[in-house]
Amino acid sequence: MQQALSNPHTRAKWRLVFARPIAMASATLLLLFVSVALLDSIHFRLAMPFQDKGEVEFQNEVKSVLDVVLVRILPAAETTYSAPLAQYSFSKETIRLEDGSTIRSYPRLQHGGAHLIGSRKPRAQDIAERLLLSVFEAVICSGILLLLLAALIKSERQESISIRAKEILVGTTTVPWRASLIVVFFIMVLVFVIINLGSVYHLFGTDKVGADVLYQAIKSIRTGITIGTVTTLIMLPVALALGMSAGYFGGRTDDIIQYFYTTLSSIPGVLLIASASLMLDLYMEQYEELFRSIAQRQDVRLLALCFILGITSWTGLCRLLRAEVLKLKEMDYVQAAHAFGVSQVLILLRHLLPNIMHIVLITIVLDFSGLVLAEAVLSYIGIGVDPTMESWGNMINRARLEMARDPMVWWSLATAFFFMLTLVLSANLFADAVRDAFDPRSH
Amino acid sequence: MNNPLLTINNLSTWFQTAQGEARAVDGVSFALHRGETFALLGESGCGKSITALSVMRLVPEPAGRIVSGEVLLHEQNLLSLTEREMQSIRGRKIGMIFQEPQSSLNPVMSVGKQIKEVLDLHFSLSKVQAKRRTLELLDLVRIPDPDRRYREYPHQLSGGMKQRIMIAMALAGEPEILIADEPTTALDVTTQAQILSLLKQLQQETGMAMLLITHDLGVVAQVADRVAVMYAGHLVELAGQQDFFTQVAHPYTKKLFASLPTDVKRDRPLEIIRGSVPSLTQSFAGCRFANRCDFVQAKCEASEPPWQQLSSDHQARCFFPELRQPEGQKDSSLIVGTESNTQGVKLEIKNLQVHFPIHQGLMKRTAGYVYAVDGIDLTLEAGKTLALVGESGCGKTTVGKAILQLLRPTAGEVNFNGQDLTQLSQSQLRPMRRDFQFIFQDPYSSMNPRMLVEDILLEGMLAQNIGDNARQRAARVKTLLERVGLPAQAGSRYAHEFSGGQRQRICIARALAVEPKLIVCDEPTSALDVSVQAQILNLLKELQLEHGLSYLFITHNISVVEYLADEVAVMYLGRIVEQGSVRELLDSPKHPYTIALLAAVPKIEEERSMMKLQLGGEIPSPSNPPQGCHFHPRCAHATEQCRQTYPATTRISDSHEVRCHLFG
Repeated sequence: MQQALSNPHTRAKWRLVFARPIAMASATLLLLFVSVALLDSIHFRLAMPFQDKGEVEFQNEVKSVLDVVLVRILPAAETTYSAPLAQYSFSKETIRLEDGSTIRSYPRLQHGGAHLIGSRKPRAQDIAERLLLSVFEAVICSGILLLLLAALIKSERQESISIRAKEILVGTTTVPWRASLIVVFFIMVLVFVIINLGSVYHLFGTDKVGADVLYQAIKSIRTGITIGTVTTLIMLPVALALGMSAGYFGGRTDDIIQYFYTTLSSIPGVLLIASASLMLDLYMEQYEELFRSIAQRQDVRLLALCFILGITSWTGLCRLLRAEVLKLKEMDYVQAAHAFGVSQVLILLRHLLPNIMHIVLITIVLDFSGLVLAEAVLSYIGIGVDPTMESWGNMINRARLEMARDPMVWWSLATAFFFMLTLVLSANLFADAVRDAFDPRSH
Repeated sequence: MNNPLLTINNLSTWFQTAQGEARAVDGVSFALHRGETFALLGESGCGKSITALSVMRLVPEPAGRIVSGEVLLHEQNLLSLTEREMQSIRGRKIGMIFQEPQSSLNPVMSVGKQIKEVLDLHFSLSKVQAKRRTLELLDLVRIPDPDRRYREYPHQLSGGMKQRIMIAMALAGEPEILIADEPTTALDVTTQAQILSLLKQLQQETGMAMLLITHDLGVVAQVADRVAVMYAGHLVELAGQQDFFTQVAHPYTKKLFASLPTDVKRDRPLEIIRGSVPSLTQSFAGCRFANRCDFVQAKCEASEPPWQQLSSDHQARCFFPELRQPEGQKDSSLIVGTESNTQGVKLEIKNLQVHFPIHQGLMKRTAGYVYAVDGIDLTLEAGKTLALVGESGCGKTTVGKAILQLLRPTAGEVNFNGQDLTQLSQSQLRPMRRDFQFIFQDPYSSMNPRMLVEDILLEGMLAQNIGDNARQRAARVKTLLERVGLPAQAGSRYAHEFSGGQRQRICIARALAVEPKLIVCDEPTSALDVSVQAQILNLLKELQLEHGLSYLFITHNISVVEYLADEVAVMYLGRIVEQGSVRELLDSPKHPYTIALLAAVPKIEEERSMMKLQLGGEIPSPSNPPQGCHFHPRCAHATEQCRQTYPATTRISDSHEVRCHLFG
């Protein structure tokens, strides 16, 4: 494996991948998603504020670094639905006026747009100002980044920073830094919009209990990414080991493994997942003391889902690998290794594994987006992650009833859709570039 | 001389590559007359196929483009036609057949339909007429039982049959010119002889002109009327057949002839062309062959030699076409062997059988066997070379693999140094594997593309614990690389960075790394050009004398056998039909199959005789060999006895035996 990665072949191929603007852009986006997920994965419990000298007690609630950041930035919860960037609530309530009389009207939100109370500035103007400010800030930050980048690349060559910066902007560098910079610029615009606009308004509105939808969507990133990666990690060794041994050893081993995966892939996956999910529910009810915090419960369910998805999804890759190994083991170089008396294990590791890595790589990146989508579908029908967990599937599931309201509450669904689309699309575009570079048939 | 049918003037086709623009075809001019066979001869990469594709306007775009020149067919310049107009030329005026009949036919269409498709394209025939014409065409290319073959699919036909179908398709448009791009390279010699004589006969019947592209001097000698030799993108010699073979002019052509292995050259190394083909991305100032030429002079490097008219029908692009190597010089470098370390290596094979079960049905029941190797006996002495000769599918590679226990034989003994290898377990075999090694046919697939050359060489040493430490082994890698004629730094590069000949050298070095006593060479030169083949054969011969190696040389190339082998065994359908010392067997072959096989080899020296003894039919399936003598359905001398019983071994002399009833 290490050999395969250090191989100049492979390095040249990766360079080919990153030479594509689209791949570079999607890689940058993926990186953003992953870093958000990582921030969300660093969990801690705050110490209780008032303590005796001796024992330190901790709050029951587990928080992540991302929570802390988002709570600082995003406005606090309202009481019920409010539209994106709204100042007033979405539904009428009975409001008691100062003079004691009551009217039915849209009440002012407690946090969304609260800074405008007392000022005479119209909402639209405020929003426009804040948008412009965000773009301005993003331009400045990108400019600084550009100069930094130019300085870093410059160390290898002789030109001045300004010339390098120009080259990056014109797009004549070998690595398409420009594409990456453009994406970074848009990401920065988004971040500043969230900071400037999302801190005083509910950027994507609020849900039924008044929680900020943007917050939910960002929190869901970790769920999506975890499902994608952990499942792959579970499925990969199984697929590799079984696929390679089926192809290489053939005979009885091949028969058993083939029988196994044919059986497994003919059972409807959803059925397997549903039954596993119900079993886990039962188990968690019986041993409630094992799962103290909500976060712990959520993560156990998440892992269980990854596990069961992993168990059902290795068959495709296994089949591909078996076929490839069947072909490769007849290659002359494998025969030559036999003629030298090289052991079976070494032949598998040295001659076969490096030569099937391109298939593994392509499949992993393609499977990733499939798994993110699978989570949404499974959560939608209620057998996915824990219902209390933030996930795009759960958001969509809740949006079922909201869509039936009149006037329609559309923003939960739209937000979940928008986030999921961005992640899956960038993963797919990246996978495309990887496949083009590594697939021997594409040349 | 009458007006030429096809004239090519100063044709240039360039290809865009990573290194720059490669001038694959660079100013080629020649003319093709009605009824004549014009051979374009050259080694791989010289641009001969691209020339043909340029004529057909089939150069893969946008990588390649025709830069300049004209291709005149009846005074009409094909290069200025539109694509639509060109479509009426292709197939109708100029037909083409390719090297690989396998990949040129559509596997899901019956062959009759495929021929009919061509007819529908060019003529407006009714259904009945088209079918009748198709059957005529099948008959024309000598396909027996055309009614049945009409409905068959490509996979049901043998390679030779498929090539006949391709020819029928090319002839369907009744073209005036047939371009044949290495039409017999993928075929066996006996099939090659059939196809070549078919082409020649068809040409006489239809009067079409043929542009034959080939690398095989023997094929040229058999069928060509005029020959053009191509080197590095342009023609270097142009001659009538007679002149070409009697008064070779260009040094490159001379070298090509000299590097052909024959039995006359047995005791000395073959001549090789030093260096390699120059990169085609440059523009040449002088002669393109200058850096490899033995007679090179200052003038050659300074300016490009013009065409020199040597006779009315012979010209060469050389300043000094009359210079010849002095005769004495050649013999100076006799290969002298030291018969030193030839102790005790003896390979003895008794009644070796390899049968592959055919599984059928749901329960994988064994329905029958492929009798790939069906009882053969062979003996190979230390330091000697035994050639195993036969057509593809006769089981010769299986023999090689079974000897090395890469395939476990069904029955029989493989005694190596007095030990029966078939009785040993894999773990018992492992330490013994250093004594016998394998060199594969295809130098491209026999090395792991993801390993460095030094790791490839080290693999065997590590597996066999050769060398005490990493430093010793690294030193040995260097020595080996230098021994096979590669720079020591080659170790830190990948196999794909080398040319075919260099790769085969690496494969030889890899086998040598474990100090073997026996090497099974499975057609090690059949994927290589003649000049490269000469280098590899020289190397193998030198190594044999240095290390006392025994070679089991599996090949279908008789001239290689003549040059290299001490003994020959001829294999047909899993059995050895004749076996003996190379002299006796090649000079006085006894078995009708051996005679036919030798006759089918196109020879340069021989007067051409198209009607000479030719082997009809195809090699039968090894899963269902004919009763009696396996060869009787194709044998002219077959008697009732041949149909009943397999002949016993008859000794002709101490070192020559045959299995044929004619001598029993």
